[in-house]
Amino acid sequence: MLSNLARLVRYRGLIQSLVARELKARYRGSVLGFLWSFINPLLLLLIYTFVFTKIIPNRNELAQPYAVFMFCGILPWNWFSSSLMEASGSLVSGGNLIKKVLFPAEILPLVSVLANMVHFFLGLTILIAFLIYYQHWPDLAGLFWFPVVVLIQLIFTSAMSLFLAALTVHYRDIRDLLSNLLMFWFFATPIIYPWQDENVKIYRWVFQMNPFTHLAVSYQEILFFRGPVGQASWLLGLGAGSMLLFFATYWFFDRLRDSFAEAV
Amino acid sequence: MSTPAIELSHVTKIYRRYGGRQFATLKSALLQRSILKDLQASETFPALQDVSFSVPHGCTYGVIGRNGSGKSTALKLVAGITKPTEGTVRVDGRISALIELGAGFHPEISGRENVFINGIMLGLTKKEIEQRFDEIVEFAELQEFIDAPVKTYSSGMYMRLGFAVAIHVDPDVLLVDEVLAVGDEGFTHKCLDKFAEFRRRGKTILLVTHSLGLVERFCDEALWLEDGRAQGHGDPKRIVGAYLTAVEKGEDTLLATTTARAVAAVNAAPPEPPPPAKPETAQPEGELRNMFEAVEGRWGSREIEITAVTLIDHHAQPSFVFHSGDPMSIRLTVVAHSPATDFVFGVSLFNVDGVCCYGTNTFIEQMDPLRFEGEANITFAIESLDLVEGTYKLDVAVHNCDGYPYDYHRQLYTFRVKSRVPDAGIYRPRHHWTFEGAVTFKSTAKADV
Repeated sequence: MLSNLARLVRYRGLIQSLVARELKARYRGSVLGFLWSFINPLLLLLIYTFVFTKIIPNRNELAQPYAVFMFCGILPWNWFSSSLMEASGSLVSGGNLIKKVLFPAEILPLVSVLANMVHFFLGLTILIAFLIYYQHWPDLAGLFWFPVVVLIQLIFTSAMSLFLAALTVHYRDIRDLLSNLLMFWFFATPIIYPWQDENVKIYRWVFQMNPFTHLAVSYQEILFFRGPVGQASWLLGLGAGSMLLFFATYWFFDRLRDSFAEAV
Repeated sequence: MSTPAIELSHVTKIYRRYGGRQFATLKSALLQRSILKDLQASETFPALQDVSFSVPHGCTYGVIGRNGSGKSTALKLVAGITKPTEGTVRVDGRISALIELGAGFHPEISGRENVFINGIMLGLTKKEIEQRFDEIVEFAELQEFIDAPVKTYSSGMYMRLGFAVAIHVDPDVLLVDEVLAVGDEGFTHKCLDKFAEFRRRGKTILLVTHSLGLVERFCDEALWLEDGRAQGHGDPKRIVGAYLTAVEKGEDTLLATTTARAVAAVNAAPPEPPPPAKPETAQPEGELRNMFEAVEGRWGSREIEITAVTLIDHHAQPSFVFHSGDPMSIRLTVVAHSPATDFVFGVSLFNVDGVCCYGTNTFIEQMDPLRFEGEANITFAIESLDLVEGTYKLDVAVHNCDGYPYDYHRQLYTFRVKSRVPDAGIYRPRHHWTFEGAVTFKSTAKADV
């Protein structure tokens, strides 16, 4: 298993070009091409702004401007959920590769995660533009935490992706199950409502069981709220847990590896 | 030279079928906490059984066998794409597998980008690909289209590009699975030249193919797989010969059953031609009355009856498979139920298209019938069956001089003519070539055909 992990490092060139291919292929043939990576989140943010300031104004004074607050949580969530959806189908749709070309199968789900990470970064530029527009300056000290949160989310998402990808090969129902589960998970995470809300505080311990809570709240604390990053200890715990989870799911993936070429 | 390039020892590969586990099993798997255990086989299918062979460095090794004999499985095991259930597979050196050409191509991006990604996938570095890029494109003959998205390529272009990338990986061991049919004659020759170059440079090639000529010409050794077992290995000429014999035997059995079934079907039908067809009989009686229709069948009054038809080969054995140029005899067993004075025996040969290759009878050949009673054996001997390779059908008949049929067997008997030469047409005249002047051929050219 460890030698397989080491082999992954040798294949970084392939991962790199597959991620590039994924990104290129996504917008190939469209007129605006790569600009869509910016336009999509921009339009989303504009719609939220309109709806939550004009139609149903969100008066929660903890989270103003509301659209920007929400966007801080939605961007990482989109990275997470799209990664899981794509990764879970990656081995099945890449079946041709697994059956005909010799290369480590875990590359495929990881490529899904990384390609979505690039989209996350592109969406981030839109968020920054809006933060500047609203003159909503984040804490500089907090920004130090930003790469840490991204790294932890990367490890956590990769771990989940490996597990789901391996399982989907054998149980195709995972994909449908997953889309419903993700919907539930989204509302169970403080993304569209602030974590500090009185109503949320009652169920705080439930929220703390949800790993993505700590990620979402951390992003909000770093980018949106002025003040210290209160999730630091939770975050580091999650980081350690994600590492363990990654090794566990990688082991699981490794166990099932030989069955992929036959089952996809 | 000491360690072989490829070595399989006692390799068994059992494919599992994951049937009957489609619904509601994730739930039960989770409930019983048996996800890993549930992934065990429910049904198994042995693709390879106890196969051992080794290929020394620099050897070109051919694997032949029928469809489903395990050739491709063997190749996948060598490539490392699947793991053996039992036994060990050892490969020494960098492998490139021409199994599915262009397997990793993404349709939306250009040929150029795909070359890079495919190359990296096959184990090259970016730099190595840059160095070989022009060579790859030139080999694939795609200079004009290399920047177009791969989805716009024809299947031939796609395969050529895949082939070009795979072959430029510069492997120590090259695995080839029936991929020479990817281009026109010119491209095929280029591929063969490339293989020859590989051989000269002392690389190892494992070739899986149905093209037996290629194995004979090209390989140093050959392996014959049959139902997942090694049937023999060694000198390619000998192995190909043994394989061909087995194939012929199989075809012979097949043709025998086809013929038996055709005869049984018409015999099940009522013997007299005129009565309206009984609806429960399978034979479409109405159609059979037209003797010019190339529909198999049997009709006639049966006053004289053909009771058996046998094709005899040059070993005087009944057979259904003949070699072009060999003698063939058609033996009819005929019974006259009452003494007859007006009778004609006839035979004709048809190819699969229904074209009559040859037909004759005793009347045409001016044999005046005198008297026939009881049982007789009639042999129509062809000294040399000068037909090209193909499947042929046989008509045999007894009728009177006016054409009134006693017993007419329309295309009930099938036989196959085999030939080592893929010549065209129907008839192969005995021939030879003479060259006067400065025309010479390589010694491999076959002398007499």
